[in-house]
Amino acid sequence: MYKAAVMGDRDSIYGFAAVGLEPHPETDVQKAAAELKELVEGDYAVIYITEELAAGLEKEIIHYSERELPAIILIPGVKGNTGKGMAAVKRSVEQAVGSDIIFNN
Amino acid sequence: MARLQVNPTRMELNRMKSKLRTAKRGHKLLKDKRDELMRQFLILVRENKALREKVEEGIRSCNKSFVLARAGMSAEAMNVALMSPKQEVYIETGSRNVMSVDVPVFSVKTRTSDPGDIYSYGYAFTSSDLDGAVKQTAEILPQMLRLAECEKSCQLMAVEIEKTRRRVNALEHVMIPQYEETIKYITMKLDENERSSQVRLMKVKDMMLKEAHGYEDYDKAAVSREKKEEERS
Repeated sequence: MYKAAVMGDRDSIYGFAAVGLEPHPETDVQKAAAELKELVEGDYAVIYITEELAAGLEKEIIHYSERELPAIILIPGVKGNTGKGMAAVKRSVEQAVGSDIIFNN
Repeated sequence: MARLQVNPTRMELNRMKSKLRTAKRGHKLLKDKRDELMRQFLILVRENKALREKVEEGIRSCNKSFVLARAGMSAEAMNVALMSPKQEVYIETGSRNVMSVDVPVFSVKTRTSDPGDIYSYGYAFTSSDLDGAVKQTAEILPQMLRLAECEKSCQLMAVEIEKTRRRVNALEHVMIPQYEETIKYITMKLDENERSSQVRLMKVKDMMLKEAHGYEDYDKAAVSREKKEEERS
């Protein structure tokens, strides 16, 4: 039985805490990296990270993306959408196809 | 393309031929795998894109509602209200095999039997905006989980497609031409050996005939015999 976690600044994630995701408020990149490592090793199937925080954790996120679990998913934070989430999808398209054929319209 | 370093023998030739057969078969299978993976991936990634657009839009409106709610009440009251969540989401994971890639399948369970049981506070000290915001978040949650499943599958499949593509290319452009070149080289060499031993045998035969009967060449002898008969007649 796995849990789902959500990381990011407090304002962005407390809404998700109410509906049952486990909140891990964190804004400092270094601490977040340590926390993310802990979460990845723990019993979590999905970890949502705000795009803002993820910007500093790119290396870790790519590193963990090859594991079957957990899924690390970027979500827009309270400060707005930076387009990083879509960029992640775009990246996997580019990896698979060799060039971007989905988002170029 | 460089050929492999092998001895040009018949045994080596057979070995190369069977290797080539295997490589060709593997190439065909891997190509099929790549094509099918790609097809599935494209379907999934389109869904992923649509879902992400929907989820991002949903989260945006949730955040908007939360900001409104936060404006309507004090920060302490808000923190107290959301401090101890009542609901908890558990995820059962299974896995689905798509062309030998194990992609996760999530099914969601909630701690309390009623998934709508999301309000962790009494309604007395909170603004109604908060209720709306929490409800919106709860509505977006299933889509978020589906997004997680979908996006993870896409990532895993992308990795596998890349690997498969590399293998296909390596077989197609390196291994198979190499084997073909080597096979060609061995056949040429064997043919050449065959011819040279043929010539050697003919030469030896001539020498032996000369020694035994004294004529230079069997054919030459025949020609001179014919000439003599012509003269006689």
